[in-house]
Amino acid sequence: MKRLALAGAVVVLGTVPLWVGGTYYVNVASQILLFGVFALGVNVLVGYAGLVTLGHAGLFGIAAYTGARLLTGGHGHVAAAAGAVVLTLIAAAVFAALSLRGTGLGFVMITVALGQIVWGIAYRWISITNGDNGVSITGRPSPLGLSLTSAAGFYWATLLVFLVAVGSMVIFVASPFGTSVRGTRDQPRRMNALGYHVWMTRFLVFLFSAFWSAVAGLLFLYYNQFVSPQVVALTASAEVLLMVISGGTGTLLGPIVGAALVVIMKSVASAYIERWNFVLGAIFVAIVVFMPEGLVPGTVRLARWAWAAR
Amino acid sequence: MSLWLVLSVNSITLGGLLFLLSAGFSLIFGLMKIPNLTHGSFFMLGAYLATSLLARGLDFWTAAIVSGLLVAAFGGLIERFILRRLPGAELAQVLVTLGLSFMIADVCLMVWTGDPIRIDTPGGLRGATSMLGLGFPTYRLAISLIAVLFAAALWALLDRTRLGAMIRAGVDDPEMARVAGIRVSRLFTIVFCLGAWLAGFAGVIGGPILSVYPGLDQEMLPLALVVVILGGSGSLLGSLVGSFVVGFLYNFGQAMFPELAYVVLFLPMLLVLVVRPQGLFGRPAI
Repeated sequence: MKRLALAGAVVVLGTVPLWVGGTYYVNVASQILLFGVFALGVNVLVGYAGLVTLGHAGLFGIAAYTGARLLTGGHGHVAAAAGAVVLTLIAAAVFAALSLRGTGLGFVMITVALGQIVWGIAYRWISITNGDNGVSITGRPSPLGLSLTSAAGFYWATLLVFLVAVGSMVIFVASPFGTSVRGTRDQPRRMNALGYHVWMTRFLVFLFSAFWSAVAGLLFLYYNQFVSPQVVALTASAEVLLMVISGGTGTLLGPIVGAALVVIMKSVASAYIERWNFVLGAIFVAIVVFMPEGLVPGTVRLARWAWAAR
Repeated sequence: MSLWLVLSVNSITLGGLLFLLSAGFSLIFGLMKIPNLTHGSFFMLGAYLATSLLARGLDFWTAAIVSGLLVAAFGGLIERFILRRLPGAELAQVLVTLGLSFMIADVCLMVWTGDPIRIDTPGGLRGATSMLGLGFPTYRLAISLIAVLFAAALWALLDRTRLGAMIRAGVDDPEMARVAGIRVSRLFTIVFCLGAWLAGFAGVIGGPILSVYPGLDQEMLPLALVVVILGGSGSLLGSLVGSFVVGFLYNFGQAMFPELAYVVLFLPMLLVLVVRPQGLFGRPAI
């Protein structure tokens, strides 16, 4: 049953460009998938490790900016992608070393500060980041001779990355490492007493999360072929956190549903509503106050309750 | 006047403003354990409200106090009806305040449009005052003086009054304070309103220097955050010292390393975090 649903989902996702009708919607679907990858990465930290970050747009942005600078500097796509991921991981190691000095609120505040530093650099260090004008690149890569220039081609490439990300999450959650990460979230002192290195576990999970944020950042760069300080603003960090939390933290499906919700709201609703930020804030407040566990677990709870009441 | 002197005066002025902003932030954080991410919005909202009040013909100081009160009332509503519903859920509180800050920013954009609005320097404080043979901008001196007065008043409030003793008890150990018969939940509302008032007031008196524009909230909030992390949460002295340190770092950083101004600003904070996670004047978490 579960496998059938999974296979069905993959078939539906794989044929999106064929039935969704119109390049615009294919592009929206690509955005959902790429932000889904980002949200999955952030969820590793927020959901499974219990470390709420408001600075992950910084890592996302470092990957996008590094990729963009390497490409405009005349390097190939492989070098740009590898360089972006490596530099993001180095930055993430520094971020983790600093922010893991605190947990709970301390962690949140340090990640906010780190995110703002990245934003400050993107905005002010004009000789490297071109400031407010951003950096644009020309052309998407064509791995194995397949062109990603068309909306459908890019969608399929993103879907492939997305499926790998989901697969890695499934493996991560089931692995002993995933279990120990959840242990450090729920009972850090007991885990320490049991001989687990709590700090190292958190450090590694931070890097794992940063890796997928970097991949999402690269996808974003190739999707827009442009990156600007907007990408690393506090709003961007808040947006991805909203995806994770609205969908449901610590679940596999939650961040994906959340990413779909936010992207659809943003691209479809903003055609009708001018005040996207207001809506974002209002959803944030409503979800936290009324459905604190997120949409997916919340709906499951309501469905169970309705089932039991029958 | 030499560049250094100008920068120093500007730094002290900014430090004074930051103190008004971050004293409330620090008390709220220390007492309620809420990193109130709407604090920058209170600052901006206060300034915007004052522009409307000034347009109605109120004088500057009345407008500053009244718009502070409006912001305080608004803050009280937020505390009473939203944050109160989420006791102990720190993460939820962070998210709610963040969501609210987006909403406030958007409403401000809708009401006061995206154009920067200047607040005129109040009458009698225009021009320069000469001191030791040098001319200092009078209004900036006035801000520094106001900050010093508020620091003294807040110190007196916290250190000399019954309410202050109750607040300090709440910061140190809320459970024991409750057992001792202090209504900590009411203290929360009082401190939140006080913090919101200070932020709104600071926004208005900062208006003639900074003017009001969209994004002011996101600019001030990280500064307040740095002040509190540097100085230590819940410590008035920490806020005071932290504010002036940040004021100097920000102004000198912008003048000397314009491209790396933010790095100059945040690097000392990271150093403090590494060496003394509780901040310079904070007490270690128990």
